[in-house]
Amino acid sequence: MLKANDALLSARDVTLNLNGRLILDRVNLDVRRGEIVTVIGPNGAGKSTLVRVILGLRPLTSGRIERLANLNVGYVPQKFPQTANVPMDVKRLLSLTLKPSDQEIDRALEETGILHLKNARVPSLSGGELQRALLARALLRRPDLLVLDEPVQSVDFIGEMKLYELISGIRKTHGCGILMVSHDLHMVMAESDHVVCLNGHVCCEGGPEKVQQDPEFAKLFGPSAARMIAAYAHHHDHDHEPHEHHHHDHRH
Amino acid sequence: MTSILLEPFFQRAMLAGLAVALVSGPVGCFIVWRRMAYFGESLAHSGLLGVGLGLLFSFNVTLGAVVTAIVFALLLLALRRRHSLATDTLLGILSYTSLALGLIVVGLATGAASDHMDILFGDVLTVSTNDVWAVWIGAAVVLASLAFLWRDLIASSVHEELARAEGVKVARVELGFILLIAVMTAIAMKIVGLLLITALMVIPAAAARRLATTPESMAFIAAAIAGLSVISGLLASAFVGGASGPCVVLAASCFFTLTLAVPQAS
Repeated sequence: MLKANDALLSARDVTLNLNGRLILDRVNLDVRRGEIVTVIGPNGAGKSTLVRVILGLRPLTSGRIERLANLNVGYVPQKFPQTANVPMDVKRLLSLTLKPSDQEIDRALEETGILHLKNARVPSLSGGELQRALLARALLRRPDLLVLDEPVQSVDFIGEMKLYELISGIRKTHGCGILMVSHDLHMVMAESDHVVCLNGHVCCEGGPEKVQQDPEFAKLFGPSAARMIAAYAHHHDHDHEPHEHHHHDHRH
Repeated sequence: MTSILLEPFFQRAMLAGLAVALVSGPVGCFIVWRRMAYFGESLAHSGLLGVGLGLLFSFNVTLGAVVTAIVFALLLLALRRRHSLATDTLLGILSYTSLALGLIVVGLATGAASDHMDILFGDVLTVSTNDVWAVWIGAAVVLASLAFLWRDLIASSVHEELARAEGVKVARVELGFILLIAVMTAIAMKIVGLLLITALMVIPAAAARRLATTPESMAFIAAAIAGLSVISGLLASAFVGGASGPCVVLAASCFFTLTLAVPQAS
């Protein structure tokens, strides 16, 4: 594969062998500025492992990760203990490893639509609110690249759509690249520029249209998946609800 | 009856106990946040081996406890990286092996007839002026180190991977914290005893969890509750004549029970 010079981050032949099991097999991946790249795949496909390798959180067996010099990365992890033992409010959650000013915190929370939750206790947040707080947290790092691992987990269907719209909006306003991981096929396709279908190795990749017609994709997710995605994309095209309209997730 | 309060030995115990409380509160918060209660307990058990070796080869037992606890902590970190056994199983094996070994070595050093209640459960009668100094210096060192590690420790207690991704040197911070627990174990030994040290860390912190809204307020409240537990526990031990450790721990449990009446702050 040719080296993509304009990429923020490139994975080159990334391979991870764990106790004789091949978790990642020569994975290549590029994320460019202003681009949403989505990694999909079944459970156990190595999606989260790939994210951790890309973030430098775990060593790889062979291959390499090329990052632009001084690349700012914002990360939203897959699992966040909602009933965190450490007592804190949202404002404090945003200041754990940075020292943002009050205005910066307000701006980030406003952007993700939860400014009214600034002083809320973290355990009292709903799944969607927590994701928005974590997203605001990542935005405070002025990221060139946002890495989102399963960003819509424990969010209801409507909240999911809103969250994807928010993520898509962030890409436009911040001009950052976004690397997203998802096992859920319904939503990701419409907002993604490039879809990588992972099952240890890259099964197929390309634009959302191309991937869902790929026989490899049907083999991995079953033939009905492609039809469901097509149905969603159609529905989504006709959703004219303005982005600014705040929808509050139901608390669980 | 109140004359015991004027006894120098009792005042020494009180002074040393308050220093221990000052540290056990904040350190205990991290043990609660990081779910390390069993780890702290194992580290404390390992201290007994150090005490035994200290008695056998006549060097300072507090120093012995610190050194074995540190060696134990490093050993455990190294073994855990290899993932060969579940951490709690590994802790169980190491903890009880060192406890058994410690009991035998202490027995060899002091003669089979003597019991080791003072080391295991604390004995205020054994606190010397030098001990008071050692405890205060140890406490100051632990508190200063904790303040230095504070932000990074909180970040990695909330979410370890996120902290690592954001540039926190989590492995270094974790090592530092484990060393702090080892020192804490040694300085609390004479007041609450090796078997009950974790209780003085965990119970006040758990009580403070219900009252606190920030990590800092939880640390302060935990220190205050630990302090009250030491004062009331030592008084009870003086009047009832029981071992100091159980009295202090029971006092802490009473305070925890009281906090159950208060609605959860967050």
